[in-house]
Amino acid sequence: MFDFFLGHYAYWFMFALMTLGLWGMIFKKNLVKKLIGMTIFQVSIIIFYIATSSKWGATVPVLDPAIGATDTSKYINPLPHTLMLTAIVVGVATIGVAFALVISIYKRYRTLDESILSEKLKKEDDTE
Amino acid sequence: MTLSNTPALIPLIFLGTAALIPIIASRKNWIAFPFSLLASLISVFISIYNILLVLQKGSVRYFFGGWAPPIGIEYVLDPFSAFIVLVINSIAFLVLIHSKRVVENEHPDRRTPYYAVVMLMLCGFNGIVLTGDFFNLYVFLEISSLALYGMIAIGEKKSPIAAFRYLIMGTIGASFYLLGTGFLFMATGSLNMADIKMILPNIYQEHTVIVGLILMVIGMAIKMAMFPLHGWLPDSYTYAPSSTAALVAPTGTKIGAYVIIRILFFIFGVSFVSKMLPLTQVLGWLAAIGIIYGSIMAIAQKEMKRMLAYSSIAQVGYIGLGIGLANPLGLIGAVLHVMNHALMKACLFLVAGNFRTKLGHSNINRFTDSIRKQMPWTTAAFAVASLSMVGLPPTVGFFSKWYLALGTIKNSNWIFLAVILISSLLNAVYFFRILEKIYLRPPDAEKDRTEKIKKSEAYPSMLVPTIILAIAILVIGLLNAFIVKGIIQKIIPGGMG
Repeated sequence: MFDFFLGHYAYWFMFALMTLGLWGMIFKKNLVKKLIGMTIFQVSIIIFYIATSSKWGATVPVLDPAIGATDTSKYINPLPHTLMLTAIVVGVATIGVAFALVISIYKRYRTLDESILSEKLKKEDDTE
Repeated sequence: MTLSNTPALIPLIFLGTAALIPIIASRKNWIAFPFSLLASLISVFISIYNILLVLQKGSVRYFFGGWAPPIGIEYVLDPFSAFIVLVINSIAFLVLIHSKRVVENEHPDRRTPYYAVVMLMLCGFNGIVLTGDFFNLYVFLEISSLALYGMIAIGEKKSPIAAFRYLIMGTIGASFYLLGTGFLFMATGSLNMADIKMILPNIYQEHTVIVGLILMVIGMAIKMAMFPLHGWLPDSYTYAPSSTAALVAPTGTKIGAYVIIRILFFIFGVSFVSKMLPLTQVLGWLAAIGIIYGSIMAIAQKEMKRMLAYSSIAQVGYIGLGIGLANPLGLIGAVLHVMNHALMKACLFLVAGNFRTKLGHSNINRFTDSIRKQMPWTTAAFAVASLSMVGLPPTVGFFSKWYLALGTIKNSNWIFLAVILISSLLNAVYFFRILEKIYLRPPDAEKDRTEKIKKSEAYPSMLVPTIILAIAILVIGLLNAFIVKGIIQKIIPGGMG
């Protein structure tokens, strides 16, 4: 049992980060804190992908003349790393759009608190 | 035009147009609209060519950069993707014609960026449908979602909040999908859909496969606004500009449905998702609850756009129900309903846009019988679309419900059959509520004499797409046997039913 936990420590770490991020996104009242949660959530997935590529006793996926190109078990899998480069770019774009929205919300309502925002929205609905 | 590269052409046209619009239209705002309309028209023609090609020759595969799968990324054009691409692009073309006046009316100074993000969104949608690679699908999903957040936030005062809430939900959905892809990659070592389909039968029992599948379906169910995960939809449709709502409501949720059907029935196979895992059963029950919930919430709404948004949740439920049945008739019903609901919802949102432009509001309580004199054609189109939503023959709405009902009977699932019948009744309640206000008021002779109502119909550029859609609802309803036999029956994957 202990071996199971220790052997998968990267996944447990990733799972903890993911829960933390999801909790922040859903339960935090401040919009910027929600976005912090979102970033943690996305980073946990990036860590997950990177963890899947690792192999015991393998080295970085750059051709080493001493090892040669025939034995793939001597190199870690480079594909998840390249996939995650794309995912990082997507994450940056998402957070950029999200902050643009936050700025425009703040300009219109002068608050970033979800509960105050909901009250203001309700008032607007009533006056309409 | 060489034959093999037609699958890649449509996303590339939209991507190129999206990049060109900010450059070309930076000085002259008005160029953005004709330019994007042209791109959309070309893609409609290519989609028609594609579907004829597929019906003749079977599926077409295009390898990007000449790298053969599973190493490279491939685009696959089979009957299913060709059909969905045709539906999306034709609806988008009609809604784009309509959007000219609406955009000029609602946010005239932001025309250039608006049409640029519209093109990006369509690029994403077409890419999702055409790609044969799970990670590429994620990238297109994020392209379309990011464009969508911008399109929603461009609207009225509350729209940034709706867009922000959708962004949080949408990112959770996309991240779940990405995580599911990771699990599947761990188990199979591949990202290519056809390759994974070959590998899967040997490793069905592994936990990583099951977890990956469930994460992917949850992620896509958020995008599809499946019942317990629909929270983002009503606000974003209500506060988005009319043109955005009309563009997204018919196409956006269908993309999620398409991916779920693709993953469940084409890659994992019916027997795995319905017999080894009770996944389709869960989807079916959630969809059934969602149908009833969406219909009841729609009855309670005072704003027409909001009512249509809740009705969308119910209608997406029909597609989910068809998926949940996991038999050929259910799948025909689901795929047919993707097209039918796109037609009906586009028509209804265009009508709402016409009302907002001409009357200045779309509040149901303020509708009066004068509307039918003021805008006879728009109200006629509304009547056709609502009858179709209720499911009266010979409109399209009847036939998808017919196939779904046949599917429930085949599975002897009487509760689902009851849900379809009850929800039709509920649809009738919330649409006849409006029809009654517009058409069924007893004539008030006194008022008619004193109050001369001037006929002021919506602009031709708004009216023509609305009427084309209304006519399409009737004509495609009559031709449905032809479409089902010609295209949809070819979609059904082997090993089903």
